[in-house]
Amino acid sequence: MYTHLKYLIGIVVLPLLLAACGGGGEKKALPPAKHPSESAKATTPEDPMKNWQSNKGIGPVENLTLGEIDPKMAEEGKVIYEELCTACHKPDKKFIGPAPKGLLDRRTPEWAMNMILNPEEMIQKDPIAKQLLVEANGAPMANQNLTEEQARKVLEYIRTL
Amino acid sequence: MKRINLYVIAAVLTTLVWGCGNNENANKQGAMNTSKAAEKVYVAPGEYDEFYAFMSGGFSGQISVYGLPSGRMLKVIPVFSQDAEKGYGYNEETKPMLNTSYGFVPWDDAHHPELSQTDGVPDGRWIFINGNNTPRIARIDLTTFETTEIVEIPNSGGNHSSPFITENSEYVVAGTRFSVPYPQKDVPIDSYKENFKGALTYIKADEPGNMDVAFQILVPGYDYDLAHSGKGKSHGWTFFTTYNTEESHTLKEVNASQNDKDFIAAVNWKKAEEYLAQGKGKDYPAKYVHNYYDEKTHIATSTTKEGVKVLIPAECPGLIYYLPTPKSPHGVDVDPTGEYIVGNGKLSADLTVHSFDKMLKAIENKSFEGEVDGIPVLKYEDVTAGTVVSGGLGPLHTEFDGKGNAYTTFFISSEVVKWKLGTWEVIDRAPCYYSVGHLMIPGGDSKKPWGKYLVALNKITKDRYLPTGPEMNHSAQLYDISGEKMELLLDFPTIGEPHYAQAIAADVVMKNSKKIYPIEENEHPHAIKKESEAKVVREGNVVRVYMTSIRSHFNPDNIEGIKVGDKVYFHLTNLEQDWDTPHGLSIMGARNAELLVMPGQTETLVWEPQREGVYPYYCTDFCSALHQEMQGYIRVSAAGSDVPIKWSLGED
Repeated sequence: MYTHLKYLIGIVVLPLLLAACGGGGEKKALPPAKHPSESAKATTPEDPMKNWQSNKGIGPVENLTLGEIDPKMAEEGKVIYEELCTACHKPDKKFIGPAPKGLLDRRTPEWAMNMILNPEEMIQKDPIAKQLLVEANGAPMANQNLTEEQARKVLEYIRTL
Repeated sequence: MKRINLYVIAAVLTTLVWGCGNNENANKQGAMNTSKAAEKVYVAPGEYDEFYAFMSGGFSGQISVYGLPSGRMLKVIPVFSQDAEKGYGYNEETKPMLNTSYGFVPWDDAHHPELSQTDGVPDGRWIFINGNNTPRIARIDLTTFETTEIVEIPNSGGNHSSPFITENSEYVVAGTRFSVPYPQKDVPIDSYKENFKGALTYIKADEPGNMDVAFQILVPGYDYDLAHSGKGKSHGWTFFTTYNTEESHTLKEVNASQNDKDFIAAVNWKKAEEYLAQGKGKDYPAKYVHNYYDEKTHIATSTTKEGVKVLIPAECPGLIYYLPTPKSPHGVDVDPTGEYIVGNGKLSADLTVHSFDKMLKAIENKSFEGEVDGIPVLKYEDVTAGTVVSGGLGPLHTEFDGKGNAYTTFFISSEVVKWKLGTWEVIDRAPCYYSVGHLMIPGGDSKKPWGKYLVALNKITKDRYLPTGPEMNHSAQLYDISGEKMELLLDFPTIGEPHYAQAIAADVVMKNSKKIYPIEENEHPHAIKKESEAKVVREGNVVRVYMTSIRSHFNPDNIEGIKVGDKVYFHLTNLEQDWDTPHGLSIMGARNAELLVMPGQTETLVWEPQREGVYPYYCTDFCSALHQEMQGYIRVSAAGSDVPIKWSLGED
């Protein structure tokens, strides 16, 4: 019976599979797989926070050198921060998520930018972000769809805290 | 393990029985080779369909959106009926959408979706649909899939031949299905012939926010059944079918079918524009409303309008002609070239096809056989291009594949018949299960059909699905029409009664689909854009709660100082700015539906607490791992109590 079953699978399931891959020339290509479960299985290093200085996060920002604080930028960043971030981040006190005060003493500027701009991927793949998600009881960082320019202004504001 | 094996065996056996059934079984199903059919409609998980199909909801009053070829339902768009799922017609912002000159009418009978067009081709900007019962036309914006505009049709009794758009979305039309006294007045019903008139209405459609009645044409008191606007060479004309040219007012089942021929009314709307410019439009009394949903304020407003411009055919030569057409024609369909006007004489076996060129020639030669109320009746033999001798019975509607073929539904013989334009020969026929009404080919009433699929919209379901008691959802059937023969691929149930449907290539629409409402563009007068603005304000017995939502909390989540007898407005702004992150809000005991607020949007729920106590409110749309924690409490004190207004989130 078992052998017979395998034979059945061969003649029934296989053609179906082939059929699925064959026709339908106009059908859209499968979008890249990005289901959370795929990355969730990755192994976690012992203490991700230890290596923060070499962790630039995952996202559009690869290198960011900071100069003197630009007060005008910081001012504009404060407006954006208050509108889009304060629902979860109070400047100097843990709320839903961590307080950003002193952020650059524990994260690289690139990491900070990528966390704002690419939170979905960060909380799936970045070791620090993954740990923070656990600390926030699984409350995910929301993607508030900031532009890179807006995120940079927010970072400038955070530097003034 | 054993159980898994059993499941596998069961699955394989089922597949075998289903996929490799004998011929007798296949014939009963009506489908082609089933595995081949399955392959053609299979859209793998994560893949997209090729077409959006918009099905009218009929007596549900809504539009449902399906993917083709899979038949997967993508969304129900609330249009003319309240929809508790989305709060449409329940929240304060959308209630005005359902206002009419009769007040709040929370339901309608939606028949014919019609996509906006540019140069005769569906352009994916909007879809329109008519409400038949309390005559209305709605616009749905296809960047948001939301109903954004509804205009009422004055002096009309049943808006059936509608909306049937013109080639560049200049107008949607509205012919009255039931003639009524014009304007409405109290008269004996048996004075029909003397007092009852029809109105053909043209509504400006090309500017969102400014849909309005441009003019009406006063016509004899027939029943104006369906319509289609011309295209290409016939752009500038609209064709309306009529029945009940007998002008009967009772037992119409018999009395409206006495004449051998009724008419297709050909209206030259460009001529109408000229007459209006010359001041030939007469002012008639009318009262109707225009409702518009502003995407920036997130609020609909309803405006009452008075008066309408009316053109009288006897005073406007060349405005309208009647084309005699046999046997109570139902659908009137114009082929992609604009030359052929197909009359589907529903009490006949045959189709009558008129020629636009011949019609123009007959008009030029004044080849008239008579006149009704100043409307010339053209000679049948001078305008007819041909007759399709179908062998079927009860033709209703025709669509086109853009390759020279036409497809007509036959209700009584329950089939679709494929025939050739110009030669009128029947090429193929396919049975429908059961009793097909409209049919739809993506773009099939436009200049450029995507002639790959055909959907038959059936009126009777009977044994096609697992039985669900006396009422069963109407069945749609998908056919592959890419070859010479039509091939039935799929059955799928629909919502309400999908009279007509339209479909469009997915990429035309999906590239413009919005993901959020930008919070900085939110102009709702009660919006708050950051949590620090959350507050509760008392104005007499009206209490306004200015509330925000973001994963996963409301601010405030503790509210006190509400009293029995208050009217509490929850103005909820969703601060999320990411795709597919709506939050819901519901309150125990509220005699209302929930709110379902999209990212960046503000909506208002009204609650009138009746009893003292502490009442929970919570988010109804699963939003995150901490969704179950997204809840709050509101304390209700006795009417005369002095508990102060207080609100908070967290301990400080």
